[in-house]
Amino acid sequence: MKRLVYVDNNATTRVAPEVLEAMLPYFTELYGNPSSMHTFGGQLYKKINQAREQVANLIGASPQEIIFTSGGTESDNAAIRGTLEANPDKKHIITTRVEHPAVLNLCQYLAQNGYEVTELGVDSQGLLDLDELHGAIRDDTVLITIMYANNETGVLFPVEEIGQIAREKGITFHCDAVQAVGKLPLDVGKSTMDMISLSGHKLHAPKGVGALYIRKGVRFKPFMLGGHHENNRRAGTENVPSIIGLGMACELARKHLPEEQTKVRKLRDKLENLILYQMLNSRLNGHKILRLPNTTNISFEYVEGEAILLLLNEVGICASSGSACTSGSLEPSHVLRAMGVPFTAAHGSIRFSLSRYNTEEEVDYIVEHIPPIIRRLKEISPYSAEIEELELKAAARK
Amino acid sequence: MWDYTDKVKDYFLHPRNVGEIKDADAVGEVGAIACGDALRLYLKLDKKNGNRIADAKFKTFGCGSAIASASALTEMVIGKTLEEAEKITNQDIADFLGGLPPEKMHCSVMGKEALESAIANYRGYKAAPAEEGVIVCKCFGVTDVKIERVVKENRLTTVEQVTNYCKAGGGCKSCHPDIQGIIDKVWEKEVKPVAIPAKPKKMSNLRKMQLIQETIERDIRPVLMMDGGDMDLIDVDGNTVYVSFRGSCAECAGSRVTLKSTVEAKLREFVTEELVVEEVNQ
Repeated sequence: MKRLVYVDNNATTRVAPEVLEAMLPYFTELYGNPSSMHTFGGQLYKKINQAREQVANLIGASPQEIIFTSGGTESDNAAIRGTLEANPDKKHIITTRVEHPAVLNLCQYLAQNGYEVTELGVDSQGLLDLDELHGAIRDDTVLITIMYANNETGVLFPVEEIGQIAREKGITFHCDAVQAVGKLPLDVGKSTMDMISLSGHKLHAPKGVGALYIRKGVRFKPFMLGGHHENNRRAGTENVPSIIGLGMACELARKHLPEEQTKVRKLRDKLENLILYQMLNSRLNGHKILRLPNTTNISFEYVEGEAILLLLNEVGICASSGSACTSGSLEPSHVLRAMGVPFTAAHGSIRFSLSRYNTEEEVDYIVEHIPPIIRRLKEISPYSAEIEELELKAAARK
Repeated sequence: MWDYTDKVKDYFLHPRNVGEIKDADAVGEVGAIACGDALRLYLKLDKKNGNRIADAKFKTFGCGSAIASASALTEMVIGKTLEEAEKITNQDIADFLGGLPPEKMHCSVMGKEALESAIANYRGYKAAPAEEGVIVCKCFGVTDVKIERVVKENRLTTVEQVTNYCKAGGGCKSCHPDIQGIIDKVWEKEVKPVAIPAKPKKMSNLRKMQLIQETIERDIRPVLMMDGGDMDLIDVDGNTVYVSFRGSCAECAGSRVTLKSTVEAKLREFVTEELVVEEVNQ
């Protein structure tokens, strides 16, 4: 069998074996409906609340503040639409240009349907300017929705400061923390965030399950209407096995949290440093320090990203790219464009995102395979002269 | 993940004719790094042998299908005269590779353009024809002439297709109305085939009844019900359909209009032109 080195964990993660094991009985013998009056189904209600506690514990919430959803996108939609509907008099939303499409496209839709949306820009390292946020706030601003960690670059936003600003003005602050939960310690009890979206499959739970944290006292109207599930805040029969899996994944994440900052960060740094050192046409996208411990986004100038991915794929390495060609759209990643990354680099960006399951040996394998791949594409490229010039300059700097 | 054919994968992983020809007779260059792909094509002609293309080499910056298309093109042109090579279309390049994903057709167009550019270069023209015209898509610098050409050559009918074939409209989207205008202009000129009304087929009474009932349930009652009305089918006699209005329709002075404009029109559309609808009070 072909070797597989999976370093695309910001796209999705493997289900932890402990998570799968915890889930299995709920597909077979424990298939009841938690809303049923009989013990066979009704007993599952307790199990769901145990999972709710496990999720709450990971982020420092109380279990009543957690509702289960079908994933990050639903959590984002529920938080944003639920806030708007609960505050119908105010029509202004603040977000950023680098949000995940779940937030960005929803906000763009709202902008065409009666709302005004301010998208804050970022600097060349992907950082926000809080003065710009201050300046954007209006009397009718109802919601600030800003991500914690960027999925493409891993760059972190100062969410506590943002929440503080929102709180002073009486504005609800929703934070899409899908990439941060499980990778960074979170304590919403001490935080200024009013709502947090999280997704199961980014932290070794299965796809199709997520959660939304809503701080007690925050005004919210349910997005999904129907039965009385989730304390009337999210209708629909509970996805019991996946919720159990998410609970277990959160418990494991809490246990492994220190590893993210030590083991995973060390592997990521090794991978990043060796690539940047070896490849003279490479550059890092995003702030080096204010970043998730598992993510690195590297551009290979004058080399095209999809071609790199396909050649990496040939040797079993799974990564992703912000190149135009990989998305089906014709323009490179909106995040890299917002950062002003030059086209020569944006088309050749590769994201490696690690997890606690990656090994040092795998990092060595990637580092070994990158140079011949880049060299091969360089030989095909009409810009080989430009690359060489760039490499000479980089070598002179060293 | 793109659904590339095995041949695309093969030509990407093992590209034929990569490189430069130092003493090339013709060099064609298209694309730009800002647009995400670029291609330089070199041709060497065999002057003793009727100016046939003796060798072709390429260099590409671009995705898997861009590299495969360029490589395929070099294999296709070697051995041909310039006049023969000129006849190669972007569709020929895509076909050679066993097809390209729709979103990647612009890679084959890039190949075709590089070839044109090289031939123009050999003949001493300054620019390939596609470079004339007015820029329509500012994001990717695509002219009206080029858009019109891909529309005609590939029989494109939607803006999305135009974007797939030449990238125009793939950025800020503000030129979409202009692109639609070009598409409309191109196909307006074409002689529209005269629509011959289909002869009403001989229909059995049973089939006619079925169609009438289906149409009422699907297309008529939901419309009436939106206004608080409803309608029952009472009888069908030959081509006369007897119906009775219910709810708000029953008292409505405009029900005669509804009868003709909605009920009869829908039934004639979906069943047969010969139907007449009459209202009965029941």
